Amino acid sequence: MRFLLIEDNAKLARAVVERLQLDGHAVDHADRLEVAENFISVADYDLILLDIMLPDGDGRTFLQQQRQREKRTPVIVTTARSAVSDRISLLDLGADDYITKPFDFAELEARCRAVLRRQGGAADNRTSFAGTILDSTTAELKFGDHSIDLRNRELRLLEVFFGAPGQVFSKSHLMDRLFSFSDEASENAIEVYVARLRKRLEGSGARIETVRGLGYRMVAA
Amino acid sequence: MNPRNSIRGRLFLQLVGVAALLSLAFFLVVRGVAERAAEGTQDDILLASATAIADSLRSEDGQVTLDLPYSALSMLGTISDDRVFYRVVSAGDTLTGYADLPLADPAPTLGNPAFSTLVYRGDEVRAAAVVRAVGPATDSQAVIVSVAQTRLGLAAISRRITTTATGVGIGFFLLATLLSLWASHLALRPIVRMTNSVARRGPQDLRAVPSDPPEELAPLVEALNSFMARLSASLSRTEDFIAEAAHRVRTPLATVRAQAELTHRKLTKPEHKQAVREMIRAIDESSRSAGQMLDHAMVTFRADALAQDELDLAALMNEVCDRLAPTADLKDITIKRALPDAPVAFKGDGILLQAALQNILDNAIKYSSEDSTITASVTVASDLHLSFSDQGRGLDGIDISELTTRFNRGSNADDVVGSGLGLTIADEVARAHGGQLKIVPNDKGVGACVSLTLPR
Repeated sequence: MRFLLIEDNAKLARAVVERLQLDGHAVDHADRLEVAENFISVADYDLILLDIMLPDGDGRTFLQQQRQREKRTPVIVTTARSAVSDRISLLDLGADDYITKPFDFAELEARCRAVLRRQGGAADNRTSFAGTILDSTTAELKFGDHSIDLRNRELRLLEVFFGAPGQVFSKSHLMDRLFSFSDEASENAIEVYVARLRKRLEGSGARIETVRGLGYRMVAA
Repeated sequence: MNPRNSIRGRLFLQLVGVAALLSLAFFLVVRGVAERAAEGTQDDILLASATAIADSLRSEDGQVTLDLPYSALSMLGTISDDRVFYRVVSAGDTLTGYADLPLADPAPTLGNPAFSTLVYRGDEVRAAAVVRAVGPATDSQAVIVSVAQTRLGLAAISRRITTTATGVGIGFFLLATLLSLWASHLALRPIVRMTNSVARRGPQDLRAVPSDPPEELAPLVEALNSFMARLSASLSRTEDFIAEAAHRVRTPLATVRAQAELTHRKLTKPEHKQAVREMIRAIDESSRSAGQMLDHAMVTFRADALAQDELDLAALMNEVCDRLAPTADLKDITIKRALPDAPVAFKGDGILLQAALQNILDNAIKYSSEDSTITASVTVASDLHLSFSDQGRGLDGIDISELTTRFNRGSNADDVVGSGLGLTIADEVARAHGGQLKIVPNDKGVGACVSLTLPR
């Protein structure tokens, strides 16, 4: 996905950009509304992450301007304020969703996906391997004339494999991708999910292979 | 109304006291003046009578003679039926009249009549005496003429006057009492008006009191207005401060958390990963606590003056489910919605109810195992029920009443990030709306059902 991050705190912005890139997203960073306007006029974004308190204006004004545009990019507000009333007024102003700082990136990604899905899959979020297509927005796996709905964790695990076919991922890496920091999960849980994915992929051109002592990788069947 | 504690009562009592004193003084003055006037009249007639007798004294060859004029005594009969006595004394001898009628004391002198009140034959009498020199200027004799009259008629007049004065005094007092009542009511009208205008306002109304106060109350109203201005400024400062504080605390926490996630990704040793993971959980916990404390403060603040928005509870429930669906999705938790098709109308504070429902659902998601289902339902019966039923760890051996106590968490919640305020918030919102929060174990023994019951 292609993000525009509007955030004036340089350290936070750097960490967010790096963290999103780690999951394979493209991110541009604007530290002021003026810079953000310039970015928007030359590039198309799937999503805008907007901070509310900015040095050259209120993010809410930006929201209202965005709303009036013809081609509207969905906006998720990142807010450090947390009064419920404050958050609700953001939605009234035209934000598609909001997330309270500090946020869990897995949750941010889930919210982005939900917003994009509501928008009707405006973003092209398909990856394919060996005749098998993974649509991240609709959470569907397609091959031949099959179309399989995936659960969230199945989707996220497949995204890892489709992002780098052939690469071996360790169980601990997959766990990091799959479980939030508040979950206490064992490595056995990964085996359960891999077993499910194998079932999902049955009949497609791809399969997941166990690399003894190292982890798993996706290869052509 | 305790008169000691009421300005109106005190004013009224004081006015009535003054009226009573005035009535008494009025009574005494009227009676005094009237009696003196009656007495004066009798004195004048007695003097006229004595003078008339003195005028008819003659001197013939050194002998004083008197031809008593009838009119001199008959004029005394005009006052009443009082008895009349007279005595004419010349050089110590009683010329005519009652010889035992005492002479006036002090004795009259030429041109100076004397008046005195005496007791004669068992009755009080008033007497007037004049002295007249009778005979040739060289050999004149001083003759004393004394005329007396009993005072029965005067006493009757005095009684009549007293009765009238008493009646007028009482009438005056009653009228004054009524006027005092009216005056005290009238005098306090500006205060009553102001009190009403202050009492009518809601607790959130911190505008200045607009009424034009009476001069005496102006300092009080000014003090009240400046107090309200300060309170309002301090409240909005507090809100701004909370928002600003949240911003200042959360922004660096966000940086730390993002960095920690990055670091966690890059680390390979399990013990290092575990350390960073614990760091992140601590950050989540502090940010969550801060958020819920702010929410809780907001709930307390808003519950005092509950908004009365026209709400559709089914739509509200939908919004809350939409909002938390991505969070549930992360754990492959499905939120099933059992909502009526028709809107469920309710009057209340939408923001508070949303906060309550979000906290309940968030709780349910936290304590649910992955791959499970949470059912959100709205049912309309004699009451309105908004409930979330989960398949989580349930309430085994937990004192349910303790869950809604501030900062109290279930004894089986140690491994989940939380502040212990979520259900407290929901409970307070329910009570502010006249409803209640119910937590019951599910029938099948798996999970619990948390519901918000609101009156229709």
